[in-house]
Amino acid sequence: MTATARRRRRAATPRAGVPLPLLVPAGLAVAFLAIPLLGLLGRTPWGSIGAELASPRVAEALRLSLVCSLGAVAVSVVLGVPLAFLLARVEFPGRNLVRALTTLPMVFPPVVGGVALLLAFGRRGLVGQWLDRAFGITLPFTTAGAILAEAFVAMPFLVITCEAGLRAMDRRYEDAAATLGAGRWTTLRRVTLPLVAPSLGAGIALSWARALGEFGATITFAGNLPGVTQTMPLAVYIALETDLEAAIALSLILLAVSLAVLVALRDRWFPSASA
Amino acid sequence: MLRPRIRLAAVLAVAALVLAACGGGDDDSGGSSGAASAGELKVFAAASLTAAFTRIGEQYAAANGGDKVTFNFAGSQALATQIQQGAPADVFAPADIANMDKVKDLVGTPRNFAGNLLAIVVEKGNPKGVRTLDDLASPDLKVVLAAEEVPAGRYAEQILDKAGVSVRPVSQEDNVKAVVTKVSLGEADAGIVYVTDVTAGGDKVEGVDIPEDQNVTATYPIATVKASKGQEGASAFMDLVLSAEGQQVLREHGFLPPPTT
Repeated sequence: MTATARRRRRAATPRAGVPLPLLVPAGLAVAFLAIPLLGLLGRTPWGSIGAELASPRVAEALRLSLVCSLGAVAVSVVLGVPLAFLLARVEFPGRNLVRALTTLPMVFPPVVGGVALLLAFGRRGLVGQWLDRAFGITLPFTTAGAILAEAFVAMPFLVITCEAGLRAMDRRYEDAAATLGAGRWTTLRRVTLPLVAPSLGAGIALSWARALGEFGATITFAGNLPGVTQTMPLAVYIALETDLEAAIALSLILLAVSLAVLVALRDRWFPSASA
Repeated sequence: MLRPRIRLAAVLAVAALVLAACGGGDDDSGGSSGAASAGELKVFAAASLTAAFTRIGEQYAAANGGDKVTFNFAGSQALATQIQQGAPADVFAPADIANMDKVKDLVGTPRNFAGNLLAIVVEKGNPKGVRTLDDLASPDLKVVLAAEEVPAGRYAEQILDKAGVSVRPVSQEDNVKAVVTKVSLGEADAGIVYVTDVTAGGDKVEGVDIPEDQNVTATYPIATVKASKGQEGASAFMDLVLSAEGQQVLREHGFLPPPTT
């Protein structure tokens, strides 16, 4: 009964299958997401965009945003991929707790994350005071601190996406490699990683986008100094308070970067996202 | 079985939307005029005024049958932008005249109601031994200032320029209270803030005076916002701030009379 129903539904053309009551809210959703973009484009000072782009303040913020977000992605990959592997493949006590802990920064308000980072890695923090005393390293107000703040909020996206990919993967390939004599490390490198590459790619793109847009944790933990910790979102926020046109121009640049990522990754991203 | 449920969900969603739309409409038209005249006054004030204005707000409520004052304390530059963008403010009180000038077409005639000096803020006990402005130039010292866009940041810049001291801050905070926070957390060694912020900063920080000849006096103007639907309440609040009673509260919090020049 359910099987025939399912078959009948699949046989129907998609358009006929859309219940009318869904069209109105769906249309509202599109409008809701699109109108702010139109607002931004409508108020853009197209004439002065070139000058804005060329200003050292923008160039500096853009460069810093790239450095910090890519740094955060690097940290996330180096630490997050092994964690995803552990979560997906190894039964250990407290695994659910670790997974919950991993996802916590996704639901944390970023400002709270910034405060938590201060209390942990600040000069008087749990770990920070020790870092300061032993090595003279202080993270707040440094570019490394900004990278740390961005990695804190971005890494969960990579871990979750990567873990999902590992779970969905057909493990018979790994078994085959093992029966053919490949060791665990070789299997991981030559079979597992290539197979989860689409998920890894999607995870990298997601976490990079999240890092690029990070604001709350960065300004709270790393402060705001042009060239050191003032990334694009911070520059937009500060500019908004004095120079609306500059803020719009900066926002447009961020929008263009985000669009470029979407376009560049659409083939890689959407198939894996629907998988 | 399934279809009625979907229909119910759709009906609920549409109902929610309609309700939300009505709610929004109320806020825009009826809400602000009705509620404002009923006494919900919105005062946009410089972050440095937080403690003093909160107290004056209580006095206002006591004198006006419990009419509430809602405050929006932030960097004056942020508040000026919000007012330019049509935020529903009734009264505006920035920490400098420049930000009042920025919105001069949108507000009534401003009047200066307080002055403030600046001071160096350090951690309690002054562990780094900061004595003078010159000490702030030390590369071993983590100095946090307010951003140039913030009045306190601009005043600090004027003071450092006048003293011929060049300081490389580790961060430019978005409002003056954030500077005090960074020092009280021990993340920064020193900052330049208003004298009143040192008082408000509690027992984790202390102030180092800046000599009179090196200091500047901040001027605080106040004005009613023309677009306000609660002109009566706005004027009443402004009068209270300028009255002997309001001035007394400001003095208690360390503010000076407005500079007469």
